[in-house]
Amino acid sequence: MATFLILAILALILGNIFLQGGTGLSPRFIFGNADKDMFDVASAGVWPMVFGTAARVILMTLFVIPVGVTTAIYLTEYAPALSPFTRIIRGAVNNLAGVPSIVFGLFGLGFFISAVGGTLDVFLYPDSPKPVWGKAALIWASLTLAVMTLPVVIVATEESLRAIPLGLREASLALGATKLQTVLRVVLPQALPGILTGGILAVSRAAGEVAPILFTGAAYYMASLPQSLTDQFMDLAYHVFVLSTQSPDIEKTRPILYGTVVVLLLLTFALNLVAILIRARVRRNLRRLA
Amino acid sequence: MTAPLPSLRARVTPPDAVSPAPTHGHPPLIEVDRLSLYYGAARALHDISFAVPERLVTAFIGPSGCGKSTLLRCFNRMNDLIDNVRLEGTVRIGGEDIYARDIDVIELRKRVGMVFQRSNPFPKTIFDNIAYALRLQGLRRKSEIADIVEQSLHQAALWEEVKDRLHASALGLSGGQQQRLCIARAIAIKPDILLMDEPASALDPLATAKIEDLILDLKQQFTIVIVTHNMQQAARISDATAFFYLGELIEHDATSKIFTNPARKQTEDYVTGRFG
Repeated sequence: MATFLILAILALILGNIFLQGGTGLSPRFIFGNADKDMFDVASAGVWPMVFGTAARVILMTLFVIPVGVTTAIYLTEYAPALSPFTRIIRGAVNNLAGVPSIVFGLFGLGFFISAVGGTLDVFLYPDSPKPVWGKAALIWASLTLAVMTLPVVIVATEESLRAIPLGLREASLALGATKLQTVLRVVLPQALPGILTGGILAVSRAAGEVAPILFTGAAYYMASLPQSLTDQFMDLAYHVFVLSTQSPDIEKTRPILYGTVVVLLLLTFALNLVAILIRARVRRNLRRLA
Repeated sequence: MTAPLPSLRARVTPPDAVSPAPTHGHPPLIEVDRLSLYYGAARALHDISFAVPERLVTAFIGPSGCGKSTLLRCFNRMNDLIDNVRLEGTVRIGGEDIYARDIDVIELRKRVGMVFQRSNPFPKTIFDNIAYALRLQGLRRKSEIADIVEQSLHQAALWEEVKDRLHASALGLSGGQQQRLCIARAIAIKPDILLMDEPASALDPLATAKIEDLILDLKQQFTIVIVTHNMQQAARISDATAFFYLGELIEHDATSKIFTNPARKQTEDYVTGRFG
């Protein structure tokens, strides 16, 4: 019964979005620029937002996977299980998962933009009148999202590392492998599908988030695509918010709003699909050996 | 990185504390002197002294939980992986105290190979299972690796069965074949000593017989220490037998003597099947 309820709700949401939004979709809309009037149904395009969202999600993945995987390896393979230090790290990871996303946004503003970016500016560009690193930017938004999705990647990686039998590690160590060689050549290849699952979950979570990028990189309007990591960017999810609150005529812009939501869903799906395809390939390679 | 072992083969006069061992004129390779091992506060091995002679098969027998596997794992320091393990006494291999501060455990494990109770081939190809150990040794030349892989599989009496599918998964092999692959993998890096922890306990009689033949073959080149629950197996393949009970070494002698005329009542009760 509850399952049907969930299915019904999902069908209602998706049906509504695709029915209303599907009609507004056209190559001009998806690949068109927003440089004229982003509230004009006849000319508005969402390509800068597609680009921005894809860029921040991909960059985030590049940041979060190495850090998350290394942390998980440390926790499962190296850290003494019962030491207070390990417990503190584990507690921190769990708490991190419970922090509201808007708090991550404020953290990103305070830590990445003010502290890190501000410091970089002091040392690298002491004479620049305008901040170069110490402002909202693609890199800071991606890093903020990476911090937010870190627990997902850590937990998924830990689970898959734990699932690998002790016998394999012992076999490797007994042959005179160091612990690092054992982790890199025996344990990690087996854990790869689980790590990719963590990546998929992180992408899903991050793609639709607005709060963490609100202060750290998303722009209301930009005339051109971001040219560097220190540029701001337009974002699909944030654009949905803009369209539904800032529009001069909400009825007229409704098709753009729905269209943007559809594109956001499709982009999230596409990013997930890439990760899922990679995972399927890895699994197939592993299964050939199983 | 600590300094590598000078040579595990370099022999030193055995200390007096070691109990007389049935060496058949073979010099001792592993010497255990007053060894006790604790898991936390629980003592798993109690004051054990004896020697394992070179190029013979030594069997460890005794009921479950008697410490025989624990002792075996002292010889390649696999117990290091467990938290809260504490040792007293010494274990010397080739006269070298393997628990000394400057011992390189990696180097030790290259010289003291191990085969486990449950066969544990890597989820790699048959070829790569053996090549893994060789690549760890720094071998890069493909022809050289291929030669040693073939040679090891011959030695492990597996070559004829797998020569046409070296690049198929090792997990597709039968249990007995997997265990022989693990033996091939262990001997590929030419250790001095081969430790076997109940290598045939999960295998059917036919596969067990093959492993036993293999052990008799391998003792020409390696010093073998085997833990077994199977008394007939100990009698068939070993030259010396050590009987353990509740963490203590009860008796250690020539296998023929242990099984026909043991000195201790406990040993006799165990080998005749009255307990254990």
